[in-house]
This record gives sequence, C-alpha cells and structure tokens, in this order.
Amino acid sequence: MKTFEYVRPATISDAIAAAAEPGAAYLAAGTNLLDLMKGGITGPSRLVDVTRLPGLDRIEHLPDGGVRIGALVRNADLAHDPDFARSYPAIAEALLSGASAQLRNAATVGGNLLQRTRCGYFYDVASACNKREPGAGCDARDGENRLHAVLGWSEACIATHPSDFCVPLVALDAVVEIEGRTGRREVAVEALHRLPGDTPERESVLEPGDLIVALRLPGEARTFSAHARYLKVRERTSYAFAVVSAAAGLRIEQDTISDARLALGGVAAKPWRARSAEETLAGSSPTPAAFRRAAEVALADAKPSGDNRFKIELAQRILVRALTLAAAGTPQRIPALPASPFASISGALHNA
Amino acid sequence: MNFSISLTVNGVRRDVELADPRVTLLDLLRERLHLTGTKKGCDRGQCGACTVLVDGRRINSCLALAISLDGAEILTIEGVARGDQLHPVQAAFIEHDGFQCGFCTPGQIVSAIGLIHEGQAGDDPERVREGMSGNLCRCGAYSGITDAVLDVQKSLIEANQRRSA
Repeated sequence: MKTFEYVRPATISDAIAAAAEPGAAYLAAGTNLLDLMKGGITGPSRLVDVTRLPGLDRIEHLPDGGVRIGALVRNADLAHDPDFARSYPAIAEALLSGASAQLRNAATVGGNLLQRTRCGYFYDVASACNKREPGAGCDARDGENRLHAVLGWSEACIATHPSDFCVPLVALDAVVEIEGRTGRREVAVEALHRLPGDTPERESVLEPGDLIVALRLPGEARTFSAHARYLKVRERTSYAFAVVSAAAGLRIEQDTISDARLALGGVAAKPWRARSAEETLAGSSPTPAAFRRAAEVALADAKPSGDNRFKIELAQRILVRALTLAAAGTPQRIPALPASPFASISGALHNA
Repeated sequence: MNFSISLTVNGVRRDVELADPRVTLLDLLRERLHLTGTKKGCDRGQCGACTVLVDGRRINSCLALAISLDGAEILTIEGVARGDQLHPVQAAFIEHDGFQCGFCTPGQIVSAIGLIHEGQAGDDPERVREGMSGNLCRCGAYSGITDAVLDVQKSLIEANQRRSA
C-alpha cells in the first residue's frame, strides 16, 4: 500500500479544504477503500478521515414524512431501524442482502453510494482498464465478461455499479446532500453516478472536495411500503454481489396499480431506473402479463457487452418476480435470506 | 510523523505509537500487541478470520485503519473467556464440533458472539447461517458451527424466559 498523509478534520469545512487537494480521498469505514489501496488499484496521497465529523450519524424524520439519513449512519443500523425498515422495506432488504454482517456493521451510507465497481479487470492491476488508467484500454471487452453491463455501457468500459442499496434508492427518488467548495447542493441519486462514455474514470458528478453529508427520501417514498421488494440473483446464497437485482414498489388501489417504481442493479455503471416500464404499469392490473410487458420495456435497449446475453432475460425474470412478490405484499419481517429469489414465500411464481 | 493512539483491548487500556498510518487494526493486534488469536486469512474482508468486536460490534479488522479507531474498545478472542471458564460460545463450539483445523475459529466465535448480541437471528437456523455468512470455513464445519450458535441462542432464550417467569 502506498503511504499517505492522514488528517482528521473537526469540521466539514476543514474536511472539504483538506480533500480538495489533488490526490486526497475521504475515509469513512474504509471497507472498500482499504481493499482498493491494499491491491494498488488506488493510492491516495492523503486520507481525510471524516468519521469524527459531528452530526452525520443521525436518522431524522422530516415534516413532509420523509427521512434524512446522515452519511455516517452504518448500513446495519439503518436496516435495523424499526421505523425506517417499516417505511422503506425494500431499502432495508437491499441493505441486508449486501456484503456480510461484519461489513454492514462498519460500512456507511455515504461510502456505499460511492463504492467502486467489482469488475475483475479494474481490480487486477496487470490488466488494461480505462477506469483505473484512462486510455489504457479495456481487457474486459474480450475477457471474462459474463457479469458485465447490458445497459448504458461503452466501448471504453463495461463495468457495473455493485451497490444493492442504491437500487431501491433510485426507484424511490432519493436525493443526496453534498457540501463542497461552493456550498451545499442536492443531487438525485439517479443523477449521482455517470455512465462511462469516453471517460469511465469519472464515475460520479462529484467535484474535488465534495462530501456527501446526507441522503434524503421524500415522504412519498413511504406510500409504496405495503408493496415493496428487492430481489437479487447471486452466484452463491449469501455474501455475493448481484448478477442482476431489481427493486419494485407498487401502489395498488382496488386491484389497479396507481403508481409503480422500478429499478435494476448489476446491469449498468449506475443503478438503473426503469421509468418507461413504470409508465406501462400505471393504471393496469397487477397481472403476470402486465409484469412481463413492463420487464420487456425495461430491458428494451439492453444489449450484451460480451458473454452476458443471458443477463437480459434474467433481468426481465427478476423484475417479474420482484413485481409479483411486491404485489403479494411486503412481508411482515424481512425474510431469513434477504432478497433471495430462492426463498419460498407465498405468492412467488417459480416459473416467472 | 508519529501518531499516538489509545485503545481498550480486552478491558486493558493500551497506548500505541504508530510511525505509519497504514497499520490496520488486525496488524496492530497481531504485530504490536502480540494478540495472535485474531487470524489473518485473506486480509481483504472476504473470509472473516480477522473478526473482532469494536465498541461491541463485529467488524473485519483487516479493513479498519487502527489510527481511525483511536479511543475504541476492542474485544478479541483472547478476551472472551473468564479465566479458565470458557465463553458459552467457545464451549458450544467444542460440544458441537464447530471446527476442524481451527484457523477460522477465533473469527467464527467472535462473529457468533456479535451475532447473538445483534439479536436478529433468534433460533432460526436459516437466519443464523445468513448471519454467519461473512465467516468462511475451509474445513466445512458449517453445520457444527450453526448447531453451536443455535445451542447458545436456545440457552439464552430459556434463561430469559426463566427470568421473566
């Protein structure tokens, strides 16, 4: 690991000043950053430890019925907050389907939003990677790429965003509050991450020194709580990143869907909101045919970036399954295997 | 530049001078405090052999910078027994053959203590397995590990029922 200067500012403005310098990076729990530094994938010259900044570890309820989550709230604490889990069950389920209990105890909300891709060629410093080293080329294009992107990818990069948490967040119109050199601003989570284009090294809209201080969910996001699921296909039962995942939220009134929220994970360099699919569901009955049509619309623009054509059909099936389970009703308690499509839950269509 | 940090490790305050900010909690425990019960498996947060409790919560000590944890309370496998009296989870691992080679065992036991403290798994084997999925065992002693955790959970539930009866 390359050595670095360690600073632990006491205020947000000091942190921003320290992190705006070239080569600086923020450190929260470090569960992703330390791993990348040990592997030589990234080598910041200065770490700005934000873990002692005051006021960033709170979950606050807002007058509009929404919630504001400090960037330093730990994943496990958020997922197990009873009011949060009741109001935003798909988000709690996504959090609990990610990583391991040890990592969820450490990892923070802000860090999860900014975690890096798990593309094996990004991690292998002997491989060419445009994200790690702009202009180097992309060994994933002709490599082992069955898990890579099927939406929004470019010739320069076919990596996916690995977060589970971000998938229901984009479905539910979450917003991040950012403090930077020019003050405070807000960005929708949907607009936080960038598609690769010709600059895959630019992964988000954050500028040097920008610090995510909080995440906010609007009050309206609660209205999906009775019909909300997150489902995730993994290559082993637990403690694995998504091959594909889907978040589904429905508002059902008199057997008609009045509003739908859908997003996909593991398919693109950002969590993928499926707005056109949502529109096809509004006003229709929650039927298998309607769900299949929505899934087809959601993946209409998908194309394989390698040996991953199967992910297009898989993503459609997981969307149908997530919609089916959401329509059946949010379970009273998060299932023993959170987000697993293989857990037996009443209402599941095993041949969906 | 030297950094001075203070940790409470297994109930004892330890002041440590760090000449290098790169030291992980795992390396500090093993190399500086000579508490080698906590194991270095993958050193990348994938195997759980380095699991310790920090302020009562189980984490991977290989992915935590020691300097960032200044002031924290750490519990390692060396601190779980009371003298010669094994921790109930240690005793249950012996009772249920929860290990073979033993390399992952300190991490498994500390992780199980953390799991029980979190109070999410209860007596559901599926929830115990899911809650322990961050600890790999190459010998495949998983079924004994699950039985050991369930046994301790059962005793705790019974003890709580006796208390409230």
